[in-house]
Amino acid sequence: MAETINMPKLGFDMAEGMLVRWVKQVGEEINKGDVLAEIETDKATVEVESPASGVVLQHIVEQGTVVPVNAPIAVVGVKGEIVSDQSSVSSKKVADEKPLPAKPTPAPTTQAVAPAESSSPVSGQPSVIKASPLARKIARDNNINLASIQGTGPGGRVVRKDVEAALTSNRSPVTSVPPASPIPSYQLSTSTEDKTIPATKLRQAIGRRLVESKQTVPHFYVTHEFKMGALMDIRKQANAFLPDHEKLSVNDFIVKAVALVLRQFLNLNATIRGNEIIQFGHVNVGVAVTVPGGLMTVVVRDADAKPLRQISGEIKAMAARAREGKVKPEDVEGSTFSTSNLGMYDVEEFIAIINPPEAAILAIGSAKETPVVENGEIKIGWRMKATISVDHRVSDGAEAAQFMQKLAEFLENPVRMLV
Amino acid sequence: MPKITMREAISQALMEEMDRDPAVFILGEEVGVWGGTYAVTKGFYDKYGADRVKDTPIAENAILGAAIGAAMVGQRPIAELMTINFAFSAMDYIVNQAAKLRYMFGGQFTLPLVIRAVGGGGRQLGATHSQTPDAIFAHFPGLKVVSPGTPEDAKGLLKSAIRSNDPILFIEHATMYQVRGEVPEGEYLIPIGKSKVQREGSDLTIVTYCKGLELSMKAADELAKEGIQAEIVDLRTLRPLDMEPVLESFKKTNRAIVVEEGWKSYGVGAEVVSRIYEEAFDYVDAPILRVAQKEVPLPYNRTLEQAALPQVPDIIAAAKEVLK
Repeated sequence: MAETINMPKLGFDMAEGMLVRWVKQVGEEINKGDVLAEIETDKATVEVESPASGVVLQHIVEQGTVVPVNAPIAVVGVKGEIVSDQSSVSSKKVADEKPLPAKPTPAPTTQAVAPAESSSPVSGQPSVIKASPLARKIARDNNINLASIQGTGPGGRVVRKDVEAALTSNRSPVTSVPPASPIPSYQLSTSTEDKTIPATKLRQAIGRRLVESKQTVPHFYVTHEFKMGALMDIRKQANAFLPDHEKLSVNDFIVKAVALVLRQFLNLNATIRGNEIIQFGHVNVGVAVTVPGGLMTVVVRDADAKPLRQISGEIKAMAARAREGKVKPEDVEGSTFSTSNLGMYDVEEFIAIINPPEAAILAIGSAKETPVVENGEIKIGWRMKATISVDHRVSDGAEAAQFMQKLAEFLENPVRMLV
Repeated sequence: MPKITMREAISQALMEEMDRDPAVFILGEEVGVWGGTYAVTKGFYDKYGADRVKDTPIAENAILGAAIGAAMVGQRPIAELMTINFAFSAMDYIVNQAAKLRYMFGGQFTLPLVIRAVGGGGRQLGATHSQTPDAIFAHFPGLKVVSPGTPEDAKGLLKSAIRSNDPILFIEHATMYQVRGEVPEGEYLIPIGKSKVQREGSDLTIVTYCKGLELSMKAADELAKEGIQAEIVDLRTLRPLDMEPVLESFKKTNRAIVVEEGWKSYGVGAEVVSRIYEEAFDYVDAPILRVAQKEVPLPYNRTLEQAALPQVPDIIAAAKEVLK
């Protein structure tokens, strides 16, 4: 029985995704879990794994097509199986999201994005990559992204010779993964001219979501200073017998502590929908990760139930994938509370914007040694400030303050996290 | 090989088949004593007599009716239509009788009938005598439609048509009787329903037949001077349509035009282009264009008539357009 594979929903507000590359071609065998295709969402290029084993019977959409969430993209089944007509998929194609080599400053993309609850196709005039069927075939056979090729045919149509030229000069990217440009190093610009740069999809998504958050969510903020000496000690002890690539960070402890405390503060592990507050059953802690061109939130699922070492390992792996533009859907989906840590940048404290639809976010500053008063004496101690931003529709200042007190109990007595 | 005219080639085919098979006979207007309006049957009346070269009244339905009846009882009639435009007077006989009898009588009858008809414009015969309605006849299953573009093909195909047990409309072009070409000596047949590459090339495919072949060959010569190598596929038979050589050529060149003398709308070109899109879509590198007659009744005025008919410069322009 052939199985239809649909465009996965990779985030709360994902309405559509662009199928940038078919990894498995029609006729190829595929096992459950194998990567079938790569999808570009607002956030990143992600791999879509096949939920079924068999043979790829049909690609319902072409590369470069923007497909609404849950619309069919491919059919996997038994070799020789007859595929019923799935081609009535409504979808639209976009021209290239990436600037063409010949055009240094293309106009910013102004693609409308459907609201989160809508999974219907985005209306409007589709813009199509103009390419001859032959050019499409050659591109498909060679895994070339047509959008990356400058057409020389009438009206800019990509024709055979354009694809062949791209093949020989190898100037087109073989895959459609956005070039993993390193985080730009600090450079002195000598130019005095204003420069217009198109906002990346990620940048646009961040902007859209945070504008929505700031404009619709009534934030309030509670800052707490934590005594971090015991945690720094226990971390040192733990890391002493952990291999280099498994060393625990301060943040790993914080994620664990936050998760444990959230179990007691259900209103902060929640969302509001109309007149209802939904308290999530799972505690999935989001961790903001810096990626080229923006940030993404990777998610430690059920962090309250996982040992520190596992939390640490998961965050490391997901952060690496995020930086490479290779996050999996589950890496970035489903967080119920977020954390943002700027500790490594020597930050006293800062406040974060709530990551909708969550109810709260914790902004974590640097843990540093500082003069402290203990028992009437000035001593040197580890201190760290963190600020929780909370949706006032869901919770109030006292509850948030109590959360921070409870969090302090864990952070200041870290052995509690281990038992 | 001797170079002979289209007229001589057709004449030879008729004569050879009449010599070979006494069941073959000719009927039509002015085919006997006069020797044919286009002088194809000159001398036949004296050689074979009035029984086998029958002059008829000016009544196409009568010609076809008689021919169909004769074919049903075992004769092999060759009915000549002075122009294909008169076929409309005998339309019922052609498309309702000839094309369907074998089918409707469950194969109890065969219909070894050849309708030789003269088609095409360019001789200032006016709108009603200059048409190229080939596609209309090719539309009907049950009727084979053959239209050669060279003397060699004309002879070989006509001989095959006469030996066929199916009704065949054999369309000759009014302006091509003087076209000369090499024709093999002696007996040969060319199978009906086989397209042929008449000129090899690598840059684009020109699909054509009959008069379009003559024009396309000239256009290809001109294009070659500019370094453009056109491959020309001659359909020769419109039904059954042999697309294999067309598709093979197209898969090599990826670009094509179709040249026909009839009107563009609903024409041979439309059929060929559709087949290419259906069967070789992944090889299409540019839209396939059609070169055809302007959508007007063909004018009598010579200048206007020539302007309405497809010409060599039209083919060259279309070829360059698809090569953009």
